[in-house]
Amino acid sequence: MKLSNKQTALVVLAALIAITPLFFPSSYYFRVGSLIFVNSIAVIGIVILAGYAGQISLGHAGFAGIGAYACALAPVHLGLHPAFAVVLGAIISAVMAYVVGRPILRLKGYYLGVATLGFGILVSMVLANEREITGGPDGIQVPDLGLRAIVKTMGLDLNNSEFWYIFSGLALILGAWVALNLYDSPTGRALRALHGSEIAARTVGIDVARLKLQAFIISAVYASISGSLLALQNKFITPDVAGFMHSIEMVTMAVLGGVGSVLGAIFGAAILTMLPQLLTVFAEYEMLLMGLVMMLVMIFMRDGLLPSILRRIRGKDE
Amino acid sequence: MSLLEIKGLGIEFGGLRAVHDVSFAMNEGEIVSVIGPNGAGKTTLFNMISGVYLPGSGKLMLEGKDVTGMEPHLLARRGLSRTFQNLQIFQQMTVLDNAITGYHLQERGSVLADLLNLPSSRHRAEAAREGAQKLLARVGLARAAEQEAGNLSYGALKRLEIARALALSPRVLLLDEPAAGCNAVETEEIDALIAEVAAEGVAILLVEHDMKMVMRISKHIVVLDHGEKIAEGDPATVSQNPAVIAAYLGTQEAEHADS
Ligand SMILES: Nc1ncnc2c1ncn2[C@@H]1O[C@H](COP(=O)(O)OP(=O)(O)O)[C@@H](O)[C@H]1O
Ligand SMILES: [Mg+2]
Repeated sequence: MKLSNKQTALVVLAALIAITPLFFPSSYYFRVGSLIFVNSIAVIGIVILAGYAGQISLGHAGFAGIGAYACALAPVHLGLHPAFAVVLGAIISAVMAYVVGRPILRLKGYYLGVATLGFGILVSMVLANEREITGGPDGIQVPDLGLRAIVKTMGLDLNNSEFWYIFSGLALILGAWVALNLYDSPTGRALRALHGSEIAARTVGIDVARLKLQAFIISAVYASISGSLLALQNKFITPDVAGFMHSIEMVTMAVLGGVGSVLGAIFGAAILTMLPQLLTVFAEYEMLLMGLVMMLVMIFMRDGLLPSILRRIRGKDE
Repeated sequence: MSLLEIKGLGIEFGGLRAVHDVSFAMNEGEIVSVIGPNGAGKTTLFNMISGVYLPGSGKLMLEGKDVTGMEPHLLARRGLSRTFQNLQIFQQMTVLDNAITGYHLQERGSVLADLLNLPSSRHRAEAAREGAQKLLARVGLARAAEQEAGNLSYGALKRLEIARALALSPRVLLLDEPAAGCNAVETEEIDALIAEVAAEGVAILLVEHDMKMVMRISKHIVVLDHGEKIAEGDPATVSQNPAVIAAYLGTQEAEHADS
C-alpha cells in the first residue's frame, strides 16, 4: 500500500513522538518535548493562516493568552472543569477572532501585521492590568487538569512531565491531522488560491473576505488550545503568554521551519524551543547565536529548513 | 432581453478617462470581440464587467438584472467567468489544483467537514477533481496535471486559465488576449476551442490582437479608441470603417512596416 503525503507526515510525526523518549538521558527532556508540542500546535495555526492563506498575524499570542487564562479563571469563577475551560477558551478566541478579523483582514501585508500586533498587545495589557481578576503581571495559579489521576487509576502511573509529553503529543498529532486534512480539502484549496492570486480567486467565485476570516478563526483556535495546554502543564501562567515576544516567536518558528508545511512548522518549533537550551553553554552569547542561526537560515534556505533540506535530499536522488 | 448588456459604462483614473460611455449587448452563443490599440481601455472594460473595478458610470445588466458594482465572486455565481491578459495563475499550486479551483462553487461546503476529512468533503473534492481532469485533457494539459503551475510555459498557462474559467460552466466568458504569446499551432487550438465553447451556447467576449482570428470567429466587433467606442458591427462592416482603419488597422500597418 502506498501512503499519501498526509499519511506519511502523520506516521513520521507519530513515530518521532513515540521513539525519541528512548534516547532521553533524563526526565527533564519530557518537559522540553511537551513544550515543543505545545508550541507546535500554535505554529500549525500560523501555517494555516500564513502558509496556506498568505495572511500575517503578529498578535496570535493574544489568543494563546485567552486560552491560558480561560484555564486559570473559568474553574475558579465559573466552577468549570479545566477540560471544559479549554473549550470555553477556544470558543472565546474564535468569537474574538471573528470580531477582530472582520475589520482588519481587509488590510494587506504589513498593515495587517501592525493591526494584529495591536490586538495582541491589547490582550496582554488587559491581562497585566486587571489585577483583581488575572493576578496582574505576577501571574496566576492554574488548577490541575485531573487527567493524570484518572490515568493512574487505570494502572498507568506517569510523572507530570511524562504525562504532559504524551498528552500534548497526542494533541499535536490531532492538530496536525486536522491541518493536513484542510490542506487538500476544498476550503484549503481556496485558501491557497487566494494566497496565489486574490483577483483570480475572486473571479472563480471564492468569497475572499469570508475565507480569510475562517482561516483567522481556525488559527486562533490553535493558538488558544496551545495556550491552554501550556497553562495546564505549567500550573501557572503570566501575561507573557499573550505578549509580543510570544507572537513573534510563533511566526519565527513557522517561517524558520517552512511556513507552507505542517511538518516544517513543527520542525521549526522544535529547533527554536531546543536551541536556547543547547546554546546555554555559550552563556551571554546565547541570544547572539540564536539571531545568527535565524539570519543564516533565511539567507540560505528561504523556504524554511525542512522544505530546503527535503529538496536537497530529493535533488541528490535524481 | 440580451444575456449581457453594457450601458454607458465608464471609469476614470485620476482624470484619465480610461473608458467612457461604452454600450453594447450580447446574446447566448455569440462571440463578440473588443478591439482597439494598446491603452484603448479593453482590459479596463473587462475589469468593470467582471466586478474587479467599480464602474464610475453606467450600468451592467446580466440576464436582465442590474449587477453593476457587484463583487467578482457574486458575478461568478451568476455565470460570469474570465481569464486575464497578465496571467493570474496560482503559481505554487499544481496544474490540476489550479483547474480544480475553477470548481470552487461546486466543491465548497462545510468547513468542519473539510477539517475532519468527512466523506462529504471527500466526495465534493473528488467530483471537482474528475471534472478538472477532463478539462485539462480538453485544453491539452492532461500530462502536466501534477506539475507545479509555475513551471509551465506561457502558452500552457494561457490554456490553463481558459480551463479554469471553463470549470465554472459560465454563461458569459471574458477572454483577455487568450492567444497572446502563443505559437501558431497553439493559437489555432485556442481558436477552435473558443468556437466550440460558443457553439455550446456560451456568450464569449474576446479581446485579441490577432486580426485574422478576430475577423474569422467574431459575430460582432466593438472598436475602442482612447476609451470610447468608435465603431461596431459585423467583421466586414467594421474592417471597412474609415475611423477604424485610421485608429487601429492603420497603427497595425505602421507596426508591420516597422518590423
Ligand atoms: N488601475 C489603473 N490605474 C490607473 N490607470 C489605469 C489603470 N488601469 C488601466 N489604466 C489606464 O487606462 C488606460 C487603458 O488601459 P487598458 O484597459 O489596460 O488598455 P488595453 O487593455 O486596451 O490595452 C491606459 O491608459 C492605462 O494606463
Ligand atoms: Mg489589455
